Amino acid sequence: MNVLNRPLIFLIAGWSGFFVMAVELLSGRILAPNFGNSIYVWGGIITIFMLALSIGYLIGGRLSIRKPSLKKLSIILMVAAVSTTPVVLMGDAVPDRIFTLIQDPRYGSLISATMLFFLPTMISGIISPYAVRLLVIESSQSGHFAGLLYFVSTFGSAAGTILTSFYLVLYFELNHIFWTMIGISLLISAFSFFVGQKHVENN
Amino acid sequence: MSKTIKAVTLLLASGVMGAYSFCLAAESILHTERSLYRNITIYENGSERCMRFTKQTTTRQTCISLKYPDYLVFKYTKMMLGALYLQPKPDKILIIGLGGGTLPSTLSRILPKAKIDTVEIDPAVVHVARKYFNFRITPTVNVSEEDGRVFVKRAIKKGNRYDLIILDAFDHDYIPEHLLTQEFLGEVKQVMTPGGVLAANTWSSSRLYDHESATYESVFGRFFNLRFGSRVILVKNDGLPSRSEIIKNAKTLEAQLKTFGVRADYLLPLFSTSRDWRIDARILTDQYSPSNLLNAH
Repeated sequence: MNVLNRPLIFLIAGWSGFFVMAVELLSGRILAPNFGNSIYVWGGIITIFMLALSIGYLIGGRLSIRKPSLKKLSIILMVAAVSTTPVVLMGDAVPDRIFTLIQDPRYGSLISATMLFFLPTMISGIISPYAVRLLVIESSQSGHFAGLLYFVSTFGSAAGTILTSFYLVLYFELNHIFWTMIGISLLISAFSFFVGQKHVENN
Repeated sequence: MSKTIKAVTLLLASGVMGAYSFCLAAESILHTERSLYRNITIYENGSERCMRFTKQTTTRQTCISLKYPDYLVFKYTKMMLGALYLQPKPDKILIIGLGGGTLPSTLSRILPKAKIDTVEIDPAVVHVARKYFNFRITPTVNVSEEDGRVFVKRAIKKGNRYDLIILDAFDHDYIPEHLLTQEFLGEVKQVMTPGGVLAANTWSSSRLYDHESATYESVFGRFFNLRFGSRVILVKNDGLPSRSEIIKNAKTLEAQLKTFGVRADYLLPLFSTSRDWRIDARILTDQYSPSNLLNAH
C-alpha cells in the first residue's frame, strides 16, 4: 500500500464529515425564507440528513465488497461534490416552488430538504463504510480502524459545525461557502484519484 | 486592621442581606413553562407583572402595570405607537411577535374597528399572553401560531395588504436572522398598502446597528429612527410625511393616546431622520445574515 493512501483515506473521510455538517447547518438558511426557522423546519432537516446518511452507509457497505479502491472512493467524493451544486443553483427556486404547493412548514421543508440535500448527503454517507474497508487488512484490526475512521469523520463534522456557524457565515455569503467547499472536495478527489490509481492493486 | 475587617464584614453582610431581601421583595413567580423555544417565566415585582425568557430579570419581554393596566410600561411600546403619527387610521394591522400582547390589546382599544392579525411562533407565548396579560382573541383580533416569514409569504400569495405592520419579534438575546434581511423586508413591503406604515422594534447595538440601518434604507429609503434605550424604525411605503403632518396627527391622537402614557411632547423629539450609521455597512441578505454574531461583537 502506498504511504499516501492511508492519510488520503482519512482526509477524505474527515473532509466529508466537515462537508456534511456545514451543508446541514446552512440548509436551515436556505429553507428559512420560505418555511421559517421553527423547530419543525430543523426537525425536517435533521430527519432527512440522518435518513440520507443511513442509506448511504448501507450502500457504502455493499459497494465496498467488490474491488474496493482509493480511486473509486475519490470518485464517490467527487460525485458528492457535484450533487451539491443544485443546492447553489436551485437553492431559491426549489423551496419557492415547493412553497406554492405546500405551505405547511413541516412538510414543505421536509420535501424541499429531500429534493436539495438527500442525494449529496446520501453519497457522502457512502464514504465512511467504504473507507473502513480500504483501511482494514486483517479482520482483527477492523474495530481499530473503524474506531479511527469514526473519530476522524466525526471530528471533521465537529470542525465543520463550529467553523461554519461561528465564523464562515460572518464573512461569506452562503453560495460562496458552498462553492468553496465543492471546490475543496473536487481538489481532494482529483489528488487522491491520481495518487490512488497507481497503487490500488496493492490493496 | 481589625476595625477595617469588621467594617468590611459588616458591609458585606449587610450587602448580602440587602440583596437577599431585595430579591424577596422584588419578585414572586406566578408561572414557569418550558416551551418549544424557550423557558418562559411570569413574575410580579410589586407593581408590575412581567414575562421573561431567560433567568436574568434584566431582559424582560413584556410587562404590565398592575395598578394602571392601560399604562404602557416600556418605552419602546410607546415609540411603536408613534407609527400612528404616520398613519392615524389603519384599517388592517399585522403584528409579528406577540409577547404579552400589549401592542394588539392597546391598538384594538385605540382602533376598535381595525382588523388585527398577530403572528407568534411559540404557542406557549400565546397561552401565557391570554392567561396572564389580558390578551383577548376577538372577532377583530386573531393569532396565527407560526413563523412570521411564512405568514408574510402566504399573505403575499393571498393578496392581503396591511395599513400598519408591526415587527416586534426581536429581543436582546436573540434575533431571528431570516426576519432581518433585505429579501424579507422586500416581502413585507409587498404586503403594505401604498400608504402603509412599518414599525420595527429592534434591539440592535454595536456593529449590527450599521448593517440593520443600511438594510432598511436599501428597501425603504429614508426612515424615522427613534432611539431611546431601544430602537424603533418607522417607515412609510409612499415616503415619509412632512413634520407638520406628523405634528397634526399627533395633536389629533393626543387625547386618545394619553390613557396609555403616550404623549406627543415625549415622542416627537425622538423622530430623527439623521443617518447616524456607517453608510457603507454590508447589507444583510438571505445569503449573508449573521445578525446574532454581529450583535454580539
